[in-house]
Amino acid sequence: MIVHSIFFYFFSVIAIFSSLMVITSRSTINSVFFLILDFISVGCLFIMVGAEFLGMILLIVYVGAVAVLFLFVVMMLNVAEQKQSWFIGKKSTHIPTGLIVSVLILLELLVVVGGWRYKEDLMSSSTLLLSEISNTHQLGLVMYTDYILYFQLAGIVLLLAMIGAILLTFRERVGVKKQSYLNQISRNPSNAVELIEVKSNQGVKVDD
Amino acid sequence: MIEYLQILGQEVYKIIFLLVPILVSVAMIVWLDRRVWGLVQKRRGPNVVGPFGLFQTLADALKYIFKEIIIPASANKVVFILAPIVTMTLALVAWAVIPMSEDLVLANINVGILYLFAISSLGVYGIIMGGWASNSKYPFLGAIRSAAQMVSYEVSIGIIIINVLLCVGSLNLNDIVIAQKELWYVIPLFPMFIIFFISALAETNRPPFDLPEAEAELVAGYQTEYSGMMYAMFWLGEYANILLMCAMGSILFLGGWLPLMDIYPLNIIPAPIWMILKILFLFLLFALIKAIVPRYRYDQLMRLGWKIFLPFSLIYLVLTASFLFYFDKLPKVNI
Repeated sequence: MIVHSIFFYFFSVIAIFSSLMVITSRSTINSVFFLILDFISVGCLFIMVGAEFLGMILLIVYVGAVAVLFLFVVMMLNVAEQKQSWFIGKKSTHIPTGLIVSVLILLELLVVVGGWRYKEDLMSSSTLLLSEISNTHQLGLVMYTDYILYFQLAGIVLLLAMIGAILLTFRERVGVKKQSYLNQISRNPSNAVELIEVKSNQGVKVDD
Repeated sequence: MIEYLQILGQEVYKIIFLLVPILVSVAMIVWLDRRVWGLVQKRRGPNVVGPFGLFQTLADALKYIFKEIIIPASANKVVFILAPIVTMTLALVAWAVIPMSEDLVLANINVGILYLFAISSLGVYGIIMGGWASNSKYPFLGAIRSAAQMVSYEVSIGIIIINVLLCVGSLNLNDIVIAQKELWYVIPLFPMFIIFFISALAETNRPPFDLPEAEAELVAGYQTEYSGMMYAMFWLGEYANILLMCAMGSILFLGGWLPLMDIYPLNIIPAPIWMILKILFLFLLFALIKAIVPRYRYDQLMRLGWKIFLPFSLIYLVLTASFLFYFDKLPKVNI
């Protein structure tokens, strides 16, 4: 167990340190990098308690996709480094909103932690580690039987959100030439090349 | 405590015996790549250093080691140095779960295929970090292209993996291989194999999808500002990733370390050799493709990923699932 605790503290110290760095670091890019480090160490913690599927999914979804988009946006916007920390300098309009959100999150955390019971010896619990079925199967068994309706609903909500986002950002651009692969492939020499006798001083009208 | 140290020592020993062959084979594979490229174009390729030019890559590596590492003055130094390290580390850690035979594997974890997928999706960070930290136009453009490209093709690779997993019923790489004892998945899932192969080309930034480093437009893309050993690390990481994709393809579709047929002369050949042969076969395809196909345009690349591969693999997923369900071939879970 010693090694287990060493690794646990190692990953949790990294997780806490990097989440602190996310909110204190001046440069936005560094914040995103620390966020990624945070995700990775939390993923490792998940794997350590035996939730290997959740840990891997966290890595794939958050680190592999969401954080890439974060990084992308931050790099594209080229957000300059914050010259002042938030409490010095001009009055910031973000502080009230930030305060409200953080107080809400604190309240939620209090509710969760208040209702949380610490289970002794969770790590050695026989249902968790010694069970024959792998973690992924267990999750699937619960998700696709007892909670199938909620699972499907969540999927539909996500699909709708995706379609909505695409619809919001979609705009038909005029004056842009589009490549039509069907037309391109179905061209043949007989209708692609035309021989025209050009009268002098008149030229040819070429339609596109 | 001594016990733990012993275990640690054993693990380090195992890891070294995994990493050294991989690094050596990466060097050999670079040579093979260049030789195949040369043969297709009726050139000789590297043939001077050592027998058949086998030591060419070692000579190149030596050259890179002794070159000066130049860090641009306006670069973000920490991220700039971190980028090649990230690329190479990620390319090497993924090998921990690749089974070379039934028990010749460093970590036989339950979610092996997810681990591979996660690591290969992290690979994009090395490129983005390198491109951004260089603080120059071409690397940045290359990094942006590469990020969009790799994120898009990951989606179709994910769905292809689900296709295979439906037939296997387990995320363990050894189980995936053993499930192919009767029939390699390349036969029932042949279209998926083709799409996987093309997506792997795009995922590893190989020609014809090497837009992140398209030399005609972007000099060398994200690695423009890199020199010396740091460039060599990008390069090693890239080839280790290519080998990894070949290994993944051979595990998912070509039956991993299983022999071609379970008959006498074939099944006495040890399993690791079969695995290596399959990886080599896929790599030869990679090398041939590099030599014979011209580079894609960027919008065509995106169209191929999102409008063709993604819907097609989704439809095939539904077909596979319905087939397995209708003929009652769904993998049995032993609960």
